[in-house]
Amino acid sequence: MQKRATFNNRLLPYLLLTPQLAVTLVFFFWPAGQAVKQSLYLPDPFGLNDVFVGLENFEFLLTDSYYLASFQTTAIFSSLVTLLSMGTALWLAVMADRVIKGSGFYRTLLIWPYAVAPAVAGILWMFLFNPSVGLVAFYLEVFGYDWNHVLNGAEAMGLVVAAASWKQISYNFLFFLAGLQAIPKSVIEAAAIDGAGFWRRFWTIVFPLLSPTTFFLLVVNVVYAFFDTFGVIHTITAGGPRQDTMILVYKVFADGFVGQDLGSSAAQSVILLFVVGILTVVQFKYIERRVHY
Amino acid sequence: MHLKRLLGSATIVAATLATTPAFAVTEINWWHAFTGRLGELLTEQVETFNKSQSDYKVIASHKGNYSETLNAGIAAFRAGEQPHILQVFEVGTATMMGAKGAVKPVYEVMAESGLSFDPNVYLAAVKGYYTTTDGKMLSLPYNSSTPVLYVNEDALADAGLDPKMDLSTWENVSSALDALKAKGHNCPLTTAWQSWVHLENFSAYHNVSFASKENGFGGLDTTLAFNGPAQVKHIQTMGDWAKDGKFIYAGRRNEGGARFRAGECAFFTESSAGYAGVKKEAKFDFSIRPLPYWADVAGAPQNTIIGGASLWVMQGHSAEEYKAVAAFLNFLSTSEIQAKWHQDTGYLPITMTAYEQTKAEGFYEKNPGTDIAIIQMTGKAPTGNSKGLRLGSFDQIRGIIDEELEAVWSGEKNAQAAMDSAVERGNQLLRRFERTMQ
Repeated sequence: MQKRATFNNRLLPYLLLTPQLAVTLVFFFWPAGQAVKQSLYLPDPFGLNDVFVGLENFEFLLTDSYYLASFQTTAIFSSLVTLLSMGTALWLAVMADRVIKGSGFYRTLLIWPYAVAPAVAGILWMFLFNPSVGLVAFYLEVFGYDWNHVLNGAEAMGLVVAAASWKQISYNFLFFLAGLQAIPKSVIEAAAIDGAGFWRRFWTIVFPLLSPTTFFLLVVNVVYAFFDTFGVIHTITAGGPRQDTMILVYKVFADGFVGQDLGSSAAQSVILLFVVGILTVVQFKYIERRVHY
Repeated sequence: MHLKRLLGSATIVAATLATTPAFAVTEINWWHAFTGRLGELLTEQVETFNKSQSDYKVIASHKGNYSETLNAGIAAFRAGEQPHILQVFEVGTATMMGAKGAVKPVYEVMAESGLSFDPNVYLAAVKGYYTTTDGKMLSLPYNSSTPVLYVNEDALADAGLDPKMDLSTWENVSSALDALKAKGHNCPLTTAWQSWVHLENFSAYHNVSFASKENGFGGLDTTLAFNGPAQVKHIQTMGDWAKDGKFIYAGRRNEGGARFRAGECAFFTESSAGYAGVKKEAKFDFSIRPLPYWADVAGAPQNTIIGGASLWVMQGHSAEEYKAVAAFLNFLSTSEIQAKWHQDTGYLPITMTAYEQTKAEGFYEKNPGTDIAIIQMTGKAPTGNSKGLRLGSFDQIRGIIDEELEAVWSGEKNAQAAMDSAVERGNQLLRRFERTMQ
């Protein structure tokens, strides 16, 4: 007979959940509720005179072609950042996993950039590619390429994608490496004895067994690209040139804290909340099916 | 041991706290946006004031750049923790004017303090920006500048041009750009603050309207008007220069400054307050010239307008504290402080006496070109088009203008389409702002 601890007190489970619930309520539901409320008003900056406008803030946004263009920019930016940072990290992890001598050294170096804050990473890349003083820009010019991300939208996008991905590669690398090491060596060795080459082993054994890690990272990276890349955009392009790197979360900041238009900014936050919610649901519903746990 | 020491220091702290009111020093907080050399000079002013008397103490705190400082002030006001004095850039003027319950107009602070205050000692062109139409000063002008043309004379000489050539008109500048380009110069012209120099000041200087209702001075129901023929022609010309490599765009703020100071660019349109940096870093012969104008526009040159910031007094403090604020603002307006500020920074002196004093000291002879800004601003009595701008949400509108100008520089749009689009997008924001102010 197994001993089972039973708690007869009906209140106890709620009591034990209270701290977590309180944190969620105070730090998530309350601010989110405030944002929803604010999105229905046209407030003046000092909060002296709030005009209730219903859904007009949303109407204003959804009829603004520049706001709609920002969705496209965000989609391009997020896809590129996720692909680049996960792809590179997986490749590096597979390579680092094969190294026998000095693997600790490589791993430490590869994990290092994660310690760099997004804004600092942004500044680093901005200085490297600054058209007037940047080292990389200087050498590109030596080779006859006139780098100017201040005016060229594609270059600006490439630069913010590189800076945002570079930082995230370390994080992804860490998880991929742990995932790789959790794969039983016997399975791989058996395949090797059967004559499967490296790439065949990778695609038929390693990659499927790695899929829970990959799925987890996909969700984390998409959220990262949507929200945490703010610092990179702010320091490198501030959304320019034109609106070529104006991602949704940066527009929330620009309209709310530079433009003092808190109503529109709150409405954008609410829209963003829905977009990320839908994305996460889609990921769990359709992509998770293919994951082998 | 430890406890004893702790108790000992606690007693000292308590004793200090208890005795402080005996000195009755009134402390006032000033939030500002200056760093570097400007921050040092500001701190120096505060220290001079604090040492000059024993009743009041000003505590200056840096709160980030202009936008961040304004935000900090707004957030603090909402939390009931607002400073006494807030430095707000000229773009935020309409926002502050609309916030009637949040700010205490300077004329009121001065009248209540009983200190002598004559608004007429301030330069009309500077004062006009911050006073109501019936002449009441709402905020104290602090740092004001106006755009001028910086010239790398060595670059002109290298291109076979006379370094002292007449550059008062864009027509002349244009021919110089041709000569520079023909000699293979990489950066004939660059600019800082493109909207401020090439649209806002351009409009005032050519006496054309930037926005209706006297650029917003006449009411909140103003609409943008900078898509007129004069502005479009100028922006189109600059767009053509950009295409030919004669105008090099470096960024929305003052990124071009680094290139000019490094000697890479021949001409640079920038605030008169950029003087200190150019003087310190330039290893070539440079000169300051008035901002060029198009000779074919009737009425040009009118006068240019200011950029910079003013000091706003916030509501919600005691009468005693407002007296301290009045004393400090009075101190800042004295000729000695203003003349020194003007000479150290390149900002305009805000009073006529400070200008006269600087002139009498022979500063302009020793530093040629430093009086150009003030002459350019005060040379003619301002018209409805050249008093300044008073537009809500203007920081955001400038962002829109920046985006549209970038579309012209990259050749994606022509000037007319870009300016029409900027006007239309900006007007939407003006209407939103108007509604929050009712």
